[in-house]
Amino acid sequence: MINRSVLSTIALVLVGGAFAPLYAQEAAAAASADIARWSIITGGFALAIAAGLAALAQGKAVSSATEAIARNPGAAGDIRGALLLGLVLIESLAIYVFVIALILFFVKPF
Amino acid sequence: MEKLEHPLWIVEFVNAMLGPIVHSIGEKMGYHFTGHHVIPPYIVMCLLIIAFVALLGLLLRRGLSVENPGRFQIVIEDLIGSVIGLLDEWIGPKGRKFLPLVSTLGLFILVGNYMGLVPGLMAPTSSINVTLGCAITIWFYYHIQGVKEQGIVKYIAHFWAPPGVHWSMGFLMFPIEVISHTARMMSLSLRLFGNIFGEELVILVLFSIIPFLVPLPMMFLGIVTGALQAFIFMLLSIIYLQGAVAVEHHEDEHGHDAPHGHQAPAAA
Repeated sequence: MINRSVLSTIALVLVGGAFAPLYAQEAAAAASADIARWSIITGGFALAIAAGLAALAQGKAVSSATEAIARNPGAAGDIRGALLLGLVLIESLAIYVFVIALILFFVKPF
Repeated sequence: MEKLEHPLWIVEFVNAMLGPIVHSIGEKMGYHFTGHHVIPPYIVMCLLIIAFVALLGLLLRRGLSVENPGRFQIVIEDLIGSVIGLLDEWIGPKGRKFLPLVSTLGLFILVGNYMGLVPGLMAPTSSINVTLGCAITIWFYYHIQGVKEQGIVKYIAHFWAPPGVHWSMGFLMFPIEVISHTARMMSLSLRLFGNIFGEELVILVLFSIIPFLVPLPMMFLGIVTGALQAFIFMLLSIIYLQGAVAVEHHEDEHGHDAPHGHQAPAAA
């Protein structure tokens, strides 16, 4: 079953996340390496989720804009302007997550 | 992010030429330099943009003519015309006085974005300092213009409650408005920074994997993103200016559209 394997993978990740702080407390030297590893994983997952949801939202925006243009080609200019603005505002949410991932990767604020 | 910086010969050159002077002036004013460059690369790139645009302007001025304009002049006139069109469409007849700031910012960001695609240069807009500078400029400018247009009391009152809403809503609206206006600075700067820096990072990663032909599609994407982000920065600053300058007249015309163009959406 695909479903069960996916579930077990998620459970494994969650259990690993729950126990990682315990391991991290054991040795101070290993702690920073552990945090770095987990921040990389977190950044990757956060970016994946943000990109997926932003793609969903942008797809919805584009589809309704094209529908509106098809119904009323005369208003194409106005609709295009609104679409562009909306797309950028949606995209900036994904960009925020990207910036946070960059901070996690490069600045390492811990 | 230090390890991502590769030495650029022009940065080294400018630092060798001007570095000691700037260093001594800065030390006298009580500023202590850190890092191995006295003048950071993004400032060198900003100076390059200034030189480039000034050169462009001088070249353009030499061939300027009303009767038979050259190709270059027609292109520039079309660009300026489209910016004027945007201002007229969004702000109305009052909008033209914002043309210098808005189009200069657009030109600066456009040239800055495209500099990242030239070998031996970097995009200054891929540094948070430059984009935050642009965003802070716009932020203070539109508040000042709003105060100038409406007076300080009316301008602050329009944060309190939108027209047609009971005044007691202000207790809820005012903190939200203040937070959203503060967030505009962050969103303007981070959007540009994230786009341009991310694009440069992707090109760098692809280049380090296969340094031949594979980064080209990404660089083509960079051409599109660069123009789009410059346009968007310009458009958002026009919308913010419109939100600050527009005097609401909703009380006397129910259900009618504003006489000019759009109403600004709640742009964050």
